Amino acid sequence: MSDVKAEWPLWEVFVRPKAGLDHKHCGSLHAADAAMAVQMAREVYTRRQEGTSVWVVKSSDITASDPGDKDMYFDPMEDKVYRHPTFYELPEAVNHM
Amino acid sequence: MYTQAMDTAPKEERKAVRTAEEAQLEARFEARIDDGAFIEAKDWMPEHYRKTLVRQISQHAHSEIVGMPPEGNWVTRAPTLKRKAILLAKIQDEGGHGLYLYAAAETLGVSRDQLLDALHTGRAKYSSIFNYPTLTWADIGVIGWLVDGAAIMNQVPLTRCSYAPYARAMVRICREESFHQRQGYDALMVMMRDGTDAQRALVQDAVNRWWWPSLMMFGPPDSESTHSAQSARWGIKRISNDDLRQKFVDATVEQAKVLGVTMPDPLLKWNDERQRHDFGPIDWDEFWRVVGGHGPCNKERLAARVKAWDDGAWVREAAMAHADKQARKQAVKEKAA
Repeated sequence: MSDVKAEWPLWEVFVRPKAGLDHKHCGSLHAADAAMAVQMAREVYTRRQEGTSVWVVKSSDITASDPGDKDMYFDPMEDKVYRHPTFYELPEAVNHM
Repeated sequence: MYTQAMDTAPKEERKAVRTAEEAQLEARFEARIDDGAFIEAKDWMPEHYRKTLVRQISQHAHSEIVGMPPEGNWVTRAPTLKRKAILLAKIQDEGGHGLYLYAAAETLGVSRDQLLDALHTGRAKYSSIFNYPTLTWADIGVIGWLVDGAAIMNQVPLTRCSYAPYARAMVRICREESFHQRQGYDALMVMMRDGTDAQRALVQDAVNRWWWPSLMMFGPPDSESTHSAQSARWGIKRISNDDLRQKFVDATVEQAKVLGVTMPDPLLKWNDERQRHDFGPIDWDEFWRVVGGHGPCNKERLAARVKAWDDGAWVREAAMAHADKQARKQAVKEKAA
């Protein structure tokens, strides 16, 4: 068995399912560089025409919110119901403006 | 396919001593599971949950890629160009399934190299089914019909597993497995309908050889199964081995009739009272022999895997060296600009 334990870096793959839609995260893969990651993403994640465009991003380049801070971070929006249109009760005649 | 991992691994003792903080985190974790919430990679999880999942997901991944050689055996001898293209697509899917699953396992903090190392050194297991040989073209059809059919039955409940990266991988896999099962049945139908008597006999022979190993894929009987109630709660094991096996038998009997083959089990018959099929005893000694490394092809399968990995080492190294060189060149160019 090879002694070399030099893994190819990990990439996150985003696929646009069809024109007009957002790219959506669909998984990850290992590849030596970006060009290879795009090539592999096609083979691994779009074997049945699941996409029209692929983005790859090195996993180590992603900055994410801390799941431990989830409540502290997202809960402040919980009591701001006035940000939703349904908060406002209007007379029936104009309710569908 | 391939949830045998739960049953064939030694039972692990859970750590008894926990800090108050750990106990609190665990209580919160259990509450989330009870609510039917999904657990994501960066969420806190008990060590036992993490370990169980790494074992299950990685062994599932290993099974997918070790499942490639038995079918690869027939690529050059597929009867028509159409069947060759279908077989190649199916084998590529199996590789893809392995990759989805390795990626899901890696989110739990193990590296791909560690996982492969465990497979290559024999520490990790894969599904017992792939240690049987594919002797004729009919075997390829029967693998699609029975082996992938059993796999689907086993895997569908896993799409609701509490660990979200695993569940997402399973959704993708289940969507693709259906093609595997149908193409296998289709290939057999053609042999039975348009084939010679000798070709029809090949189909029956393949069914005879794969039927019992397919039933073993669901793992040991519930009375001997070591999986804990905890795994059921975690959604790693939602339906018991025997229940899944029964469901598979009931579904398959009708398909065999349409195909015009019989199962190699004189005790297989409809039980009006149970509204289920009864079937004969399974040779569990054989199952444990194969799991223990003494099936017809265990050595060959593992050797093929290790050889492919070793032979590919220079490719992996060269690709990395090329990527490094390009990156260095780019850095020099940017500095000069």
